[in-house]
Amino acid sequence: MKPMLAVLRRELSGYFSTPVAYVFIVVFLFTAGIFTFYLGQFFERGQADLKAFFLFHPWLYLFFLPAIAMRLWAEERKSGTIELLLTLPIPLWAAVLGKFLAAWAFAGIALALTFPLWLTVNWLGNPDNGVILAGYIGSLLMAGGYLAIGSCLSAVTKNQVIAFVVGVLVCFIFTVSGAPMVLSFFQGWAPPLIVDTIASFSFLSHFNAITEGVIDLRDLVFFLSLIAVWLYANAVVVDFKKAG
Amino acid sequence: MIDIKNLVKQFGPFTAVDNISFTVAKGEVLGFLGPNGAGKSTTMKMLCGFLNPTSGSISVCGHDVGADPLAARRAIGYLPEGAPTYADMTARGFLDFIADVRQLTGKDRQWRLDKVIDQVNIKDVLDQPIDTLSKGYKRRVGLAQAILHDPPVLVLDEPTDGLDPNQKHEVRGLIQAMARDKAIIISTHILEEVEAVCSRAIIIARGRILAEGRPEGAAGWRIGEVLAGPGKLDAAFRQITQARAA
Repeated sequence: MKPMLAVLRRELSGYFSTPVAYVFIVVFLFTAGIFTFYLGQFFERGQADLKAFFLFHPWLYLFFLPAIAMRLWAEERKSGTIELLLTLPIPLWAAVLGKFLAAWAFAGIALALTFPLWLTVNWLGNPDNGVILAGYIGSLLMAGGYLAIGSCLSAVTKNQVIAFVVGVLVCFIFTVSGAPMVLSFFQGWAPPLIVDTIASFSFLSHFNAITEGVIDLRDLVFFLSLIAVWLYANAVVVDFKKAG
Repeated sequence: MIDIKNLVKQFGPFTAVDNISFTVAKGEVLGFLGPNGAGKSTTMKMLCGFLNPTSGSISVCGHDVGADPLAARRAIGYLPEGAPTYADMTARGFLDFIADVRQLTGKDRQWRLDKVIDQVNIKDVLDQPIDTLSKGYKRRVGLAQAILHDPPVLVLDEPTDGLDPNQKHEVRGLIQAMARDKAIIISTHILEEVEAVCSRAIIIARGRILAEGRPEGAAGWRIGEVLAGPGKLDAAFRQITQARAA
């Protein structure tokens, strides 16, 4: 446990040791704002809720979170510190989990800094704060999913740019697999079972379900098991690469 | 304290380490010599658990590196080739991280940190980011990391590479001072270093042990059948590695 916390602390402070973290947070907040107010027509809708805000999270995360995750392992490999990390008395799971949790905490901080929006709707009207809380929880869970994918892919290469591009690609597949456009493409010829399976792997459908205000156990299990599977793959990749 | 038996490492069709066996006892400083690509670093990586051997066994202080990697790693201080450190951290932050991972706590932790910082002489640069440090300081921070937990086994891959003559002298002094109650392996190209700090040497090339050597008092070193006078070790090294290569 202690070595894992040490890795977590080191990674998290690593994010803030350069101005990149602050620039990242500012750009994230700015983009989230643009999406909410212009594309989401936050004011025009005339409703005191954050639907317009949460609606765009999957698309924001698609680009922002692989950028957070890309350095996790690729940088260690590039600078050679992976040899140091993996010869310290840290169990592999602790290194993988510590790094992932640091990235997740960073994403959580960026997400938490959107609180002025929550204050705004509460000032303008009487929103259902339970639904908003569910939205934040769902958003954080979804962020964990994207980051677990990004972390695993970052272990595959020592080039952060490749880690980012492949990360975006895989995250994209997991995002759009539930979009009506994609599903209707399959609906024409594939049996319903396959269509349902494809849809069930989509971040969109699970996230949208949660933002309705209902945290269904199935959605929770989906995100948590997705994180677990990708982190397990992450550990396997790290172990396999070092064995070679 | 280090017991390596029939160690083999293959990368695809290429055999990097070919059936190497040796032991290092407490109080010994083993010099690991060989041309580039001989398998020195590969052997050290396997010893420290970074690479998995193709076959053979490694035991460190009675812990099998394959079966109980964490116990073995706790007993080892390792300076990897090139002394990698987290460049974005300060030297202090980096050593704090290592102390956390090594689970040093309380008084002991502070005492060890102070002692190591003093031993490698990095007090002046503690609060600078490591990537702003000179090569010599970087290497010393890497060395500090390896000896922080006062390990019974020390594995140093080219510890003096890139240091100036004064710094080399300091690091050698440090290794000698620690030698009494540790088992130490150092790899090096610098043969005068072997004469300066090692109590035994192994020459390897193409993954095989070619010769073992020991100092014989004033007569110099005996390596395999070759007796090398003081300062003549490099001639013996050439004779051994090139004769076998031809």
